[in-house]
Amino acid sequence: MATLFQGVGAVTPFSASSSLDSNKLLLPSRKSLSISDSRGSIFVYRSDALNLKAATRKQDLLIPNAVATKGETSTSAKSGHELLLFEALHEGLEEEMERDPRVCVMGEDVGHYGGSYKVTKGLAEKYGDLRVLDTPIAENSFTGMGIGAAMTGLRPIVEGMNMGFLLLAFNQISNNCGMLHYTSGGQFTIPIVIRGPGGVGRQLGAEHSQRLESYFQSIPGIQMVACSTPYNAKGLMKAAIRSENPVILFEHVLLYNLKERIPDEEYVLSLEEAEMVRPGEHITILTYSRMRYHVMQAAKTLVNKGYDPEVIDIRSLKPFDLYTIGCSVKKTHRVLIVEECMRTGGIGASLTAAITENFHDYLDAPIVCLSSQDVPTPYAGTLEEWTVVQPAQIVSAVEQLCQ
Amino acid sequence: MWISKTIFNHFKSRLNFTPNYAPLSLLSPRRFASTIAQNPSTFNSIHDANQQVIDFPGGTVKFIPEMRFISETSPKRIPCYRVLDDDGQPLANNFVQVSEEVAVRMYSNMVTLQIMDTIFYEAQRQGRISFYATTIGEEAINIASAAALTREDVIFPQYREPGPLLWRGFTLQEIAHQCFSNKYDNGKGRQMPIHYGSNKHNYFTVASTVATQVPHAVGAAYSLKMDKKDACSITYFGDGGSSEGDFHAALNFAAVMEAPVIFLCRNNGWAISTPTSDQFRSDGVVVKGQAYGVRSIRVDGNDALAIYNAVQAAREMAISEERPVLIEALTYRVGHHSTSDDSTKYRPANEIEWWRLARDPVARFRKWIERNGWWNDMAESELRNSLRQQLLHSIQVAENIEKPPIEDIFNDVYDVPPSNLREQEQWVKDTIKKHPLDYPENISA
Repeated sequence: MATLFQGVGAVTPFSASSSLDSNKLLLPSRKSLSISDSRGSIFVYRSDALNLKAATRKQDLLIPNAVATKGETSTSAKSGHELLLFEALHEGLEEEMERDPRVCVMGEDVGHYGGSYKVTKGLAEKYGDLRVLDTPIAENSFTGMGIGAAMTGLRPIVEGMNMGFLLLAFNQISNNCGMLHYTSGGQFTIPIVIRGPGGVGRQLGAEHSQRLESYFQSIPGIQMVACSTPYNAKGLMKAAIRSENPVILFEHVLLYNLKERIPDEEYVLSLEEAEMVRPGEHITILTYSRMRYHVMQAAKTLVNKGYDPEVIDIRSLKPFDLYTIGCSVKKTHRVLIVEECMRTGGIGASLTAAITENFHDYLDAPIVCLSSQDVPTPYAGTLEEWTVVQPAQIVSAVEQLCQ
Repeated sequence: MWISKTIFNHFKSRLNFTPNYAPLSLLSPRRFASTIAQNPSTFNSIHDANQQVIDFPGGTVKFIPEMRFISETSPKRIPCYRVLDDDGQPLANNFVQVSEEVAVRMYSNMVTLQIMDTIFYEAQRQGRISFYATTIGEEAINIASAAALTREDVIFPQYREPGPLLWRGFTLQEIAHQCFSNKYDNGKGRQMPIHYGSNKHNYFTVASTVATQVPHAVGAAYSLKMDKKDACSITYFGDGGSSEGDFHAALNFAAVMEAPVIFLCRNNGWAISTPTSDQFRSDGVVVKGQAYGVRSIRVDGNDALAIYNAVQAAREMAISEERPVLIEALTYRVGHHSTSDDSTKYRPANEIEWWRLARDPVARFRKWIERNGWWNDMAESELRNSLRQQLLHSIQVAENIEKPPIEDIFNDVYDVPPSNLREQEQWVKDTIKKHPLDYPENISA
């Protein structure tokens, strides 16, 4: 990624200085930020050749809505079918099981019970007990079993009833899942998918509100993705199953009942791509999973106040889609990261480091990262709410950053 | 399970249900049959003197008025299966005969293992390789178990089982390449010495983590069962490995899943410096099998024929009956845990010497094949000399081959290296170019 941007930097040496000029010019015209029709005037200050091109395009395209209409996801309002997120996961899973007989599922209560969140409902009846395996309660062991099966040719999907339980499988995930392809010299592949719901739910208690993406992010050899809508849930599930690498798919407990209309035709999303939720000009807000919805709620308020945030759902937690993120940072020069992880060592922390390292010259302000506090999640509803980033905090952070 | 079927049939007859319907509000197939709560009117109580039975989930169980604790030990230890005595004489005639060809091949492999260990250990002491762990004292387990399996059976080793690899044709040169982590190592120089792995030989790469391979073997067995292959998986671990959580859950899983896997425990008395008396208080590892519903046997691990017979029978059971089998092979770890250990610090040197000489499994098997007229002193010295030459030559060759290229640091982390890894690789290469004197010469950049 650095090579790509070095190239761009070399081609337009003016860009650095012109953005500094625009910075100086921006300050006196602070109030122009809050008036939507003089949005065009801001672009005139930037003499960067690339941005002018964007400016002319931009002026033609006014975005009336705070929330992006999912123009790319449904070709017409009538086609496609509506379903809930867990049903989308189920659909993706079933399509892959139908397509490839080596795909199998293992986990606690996935078989006849249909899974604790009903993602595997009906699959045991359809594909049999061997392909949808109910396991005893031993996460380290059934993850290990999945790894052994994967090395021998199957494509298992290991379901953790709650992501937090996969802490018991950390040894297998870190030492074997991530490593064996490498240490065996490429002789054995592990095309396993490890998935489960995580994140802070509604009063589930500290042990069931873990954000494991922060613990798993350093493990070399694995990929991590987080789904947030029925559309990307199905697409990412399918992509993860088809991938030759071990993939950890993070779902969120509170998002399983989201409804959306998704296409009827088959589609697979890319595991390494971020999703542009709402294009904007003033600030880049990076988020994933449930926080996407808090950000979009804040975005409504922000638009009413005259801001134009660009919201990107990063989706790929490892590796980061620095291309999409970089293009955005180059455009807006301000970054706000909104995540559910704890402040210390979370995804936001790594993302901050990655952006600072690669796009330092394009930033007009320090990156702000809104995360949960470094505390176990309390049970009491009011307390729990305040450990998770709320839309009001996002709005004030944006206001502060855009000063 | 026959118990749930009888309960179900019981209900079927009384309540006229077919297997596809579930009684009451449960919309689930026969799997849940055993958890159906008892209806008071259909209470199944057999009065037999003082004994009543009742159906709890899991099956019928008798009631007794006496409070009886099951003892923590049984008065007698589980006996150990053995074919040859210490002198190589068969104890009985009821064992599977091994042909001359197989027996001689087994013996030569055992000798190969012994000499390989001695020479590589010395090489480590000379500083030519960084690390080594010997298998001295456990040659019978290594070779005889491999001889009883077919090439299709998949092996999940701990780290003290290079024998099956040798048996399947992995050459001494390849062993040397791995120990020197040069560019011809299949592992591309990524693992410590003795962490062999070869998909061609169905031998999964050794991982240093203890007992993590045990659930892998169960997963592989599950995969083989789904594919209906005439093959099983086998996994090896030590007495120490049986303490790990992965061992217990894997045995449990294998039993529940009816997976064709052989669990071979090399109970060699020591886990580095921890003797088995500090490792567990049960009668070894064999009794744990029954606790999980796994058929088990205890075998004299220093008796090649006993191991051969037991593993062959276990394989047959595992595949045809779709069940796991646990084999506890009693043996002694003659060598140190590894080159980083000096076992004389925690056990008497004369004990080690006694096991090395008087109870050597290789010598014991040799007596048997010599008695059959299949081996003699001349063949012995020829074999040992030739092996020594081969090994010294392999080591010399492996030592002088260059190490793997820089790319191999970054390849195989994923199927295709992502951009961040390619960047990091470029950074390393640039650094080496800028400061060539700070890096070894035999790195190809």
